[in-house]
Amino acid sequence: MTLAYLEAIRLALGESLDEDPRVFVYGQDVAGAFGGAFKVTKGIAERYKDRVLNAPISEDAMAGVAIGAALEGMRPVLEYQFADFATIAFNQFVNHAGTMFWRTGRSCPIVARLPVGGTPGGGPFHSQMPETWLSNHPGLVVVAPATVADAYFMLKDAIACQDPVMYCEHKYLYYHLKAEFDKTRAEHLPLGSAAVRRPGDDCTLISYSGMVHECLRAAEILDRDHGIDCEVIDLRCIRPLDTETILTSVCRTGRVVVATESWPFGGVAAEVLALVSSEAFSHLDAPPRRLCALDVPVPFHPDLFAAHHPDAERIAEAVLETMAF
Amino acid sequence: MKSQPQKLPQIASPKASDPASTNDIRVRHLTWMILARALDDRMCKLKAQNLVPGSVFTGRGQEAYSAAGGMCLRPGDVFAPLIRDQAGRLAFGETIIDVVRTCMGKRTSSMRGRDGNIHRGNLDIGLLPMISHLGAMVSVVAGMLMARRFKGQLVGNDLTVGMASIGDGGMNAGALHEALNLAAVEKLPFVLLVANNQVAYSTFNDRTFACRDLVDRAVGYGVCGHSCDGTDATACLTTVSDAVARVRRGEGPQMVVATLLRLAGHGLHDPAEYVTPELKSRFGDCIQLDSNTLKVQGILTDADIERIWDDARTRIAAAVEQAMHEPDPDPAQEDWTAYSERDLKKVRS
Repeated sequence: MTLAYLEAIRLALGESLDEDPRVFVYGQDVAGAFGGAFKVTKGIAERYKDRVLNAPISEDAMAGVAIGAALEGMRPVLEYQFADFATIAFNQFVNHAGTMFWRTGRSCPIVARLPVGGTPGGGPFHSQMPETWLSNHPGLVVVAPATVADAYFMLKDAIACQDPVMYCEHKYLYYHLKAEFDKTRAEHLPLGSAAVRRPGDDCTLISYSGMVHECLRAAEILDRDHGIDCEVIDLRCIRPLDTETILTSVCRTGRVVVATESWPFGGVAAEVLALVSSEAFSHLDAPPRRLCALDVPVPFHPDLFAAHHPDAERIAEAVLETMAF
Repeated sequence: MKSQPQKLPQIASPKASDPASTNDIRVRHLTWMILARALDDRMCKLKAQNLVPGSVFTGRGQEAYSAAGGMCLRPGDVFAPLIRDQAGRLAFGETIIDVVRTCMGKRTSSMRGRDGNIHRGNLDIGLLPMISHLGAMVSVVAGMLMARRFKGQLVGNDLTVGMASIGDGGMNAGALHEALNLAAVEKLPFVLLVANNQVAYSTFNDRTFACRDLVDRAVGYGVCGHSCDGTDATACLTTVSDAVARVRRGEGPQMVVATLLRLAGHGLHDPAEYVTPELKSRFGDCIQLDSNTLKVQGILTDADIERIWDDARTRIAAAVEQAMHEPDPDPAQEDWTAYSERDLKKVRS
């Protein structure tokens, strides 16, 4: 059947509630017929009135509740209405959930669903990519599914994971990304692995979340117009990072461009470039490149917003420059 | 929604096998207070001997209130103590040896040298290891209670209780506000023990809150508020046990505000010169006051009280002697991972 990215999340959530009485969903406006700001829990919430609960607008306390419930053996899944609001929960995530195993030897299996990424008109506070600041802290698993199958399998695996998982779901993909999906036949990749979405020999293009699709489009343009064969890697899991897949590809192609929707300073792209520079230096035929969002808050106007983050055309230009080096 | 304290009810201490008489409870209360004070004193000495990394944070002046909290809890309850809760921790079931080990950062401690001093805990007995961010523990207690409700364990009129401590400073943290409101919305069996010790590190009440009394906030949260003199041991026992009894009966969250004075600096590093003699003159020492009261009422003699101190010091000395010979953490042997999943590629739903 054809499934939208959001429907895959809903399917995984509903099945998790079906299969595991330890799972509960907690967040703003998730309960009842309303089913959440983006309707992820619509239909599920009515089936599980006692396990899909509305929270007050208390993003910090929600995270604390999840941590406490996890310590008591539950499997809480938090829905943050926008990832931007999870800044309020930053303390509980990084200082409490992220330190729990190290400090006490007890696991803290919580899942925070974070609707990330920009959409035109979203503006500075409904568009952010939180994976950079979340990944900097040890103890948190940070994942960012880019496909319908990953949206489904990675949420189910996140709920099975013993560690706190920050599940970054891209809002633009919610309804724009649709695919044929049969869970019995779809590829179930391991939670911590990167995926090669398009094999190629000339240049490695690395990204995650919504930007994977821009990279795939860039690879098509480069192939069609310039005969350049790009390998596209979807990181899938930001933390921990699948360094093996990255290095294997870059060592083979000798060229790498990393594209992210998030800001450049100290970001995931910087981390990947640091890895490549230190571990694959002798294999590089050109300086590693990164394309990130412009280093200002996410703009409101659609024209400004479109110019703010990399797109397929700009990624293709960067690859051409890298190939010409 | 303020309540008047009732007569002293029976308190089921973790250490009591039989219902104890009121006098027995009061003596046990003083015993916990003295043990905590003696332990704090000894940790300060260990610090002076350079045997304790970091600072030492004592509960001096807050023992009566804190011990009352710990004594009103039972095995199976949840307690999230804070900085000045040595007495409550001990009364709830923390061992002397773990206090000493953790302060010394020993590998054998509950935190294995990875964390120390007041951040210790024992999740096996429901004693939460606090993080430093004030107010952060309250929502975690709420989550533990919600989990028990999901599991069908919060039924009847003798409920499990979750208790958390906070001070006049922490009462103004956003996390506290969010969590207390949430606990009230969920009608959880939760008690918040507020110790108004007059000073948040060096900042006095007049710069931390503008309401007449912190207990006035209770009605705003929809929780039942109680007040007591935190230097009066009997008042602490009476008020806290009443609040806990209400929670056990299913009356929902309770908030107790005790008025007292922190009789030390924020930590051992802080001489607290900002506390004026005038302020000090307005508050007594709960241990001295209670010792005197129990003597005047003929419940204890000077010799009895001296024996309680001697016994506390003897037990602490034995723990210190033991911990001194235990290993420190070894960086070469440390398991340097913050993840409980060893290989995320093997995680599968």
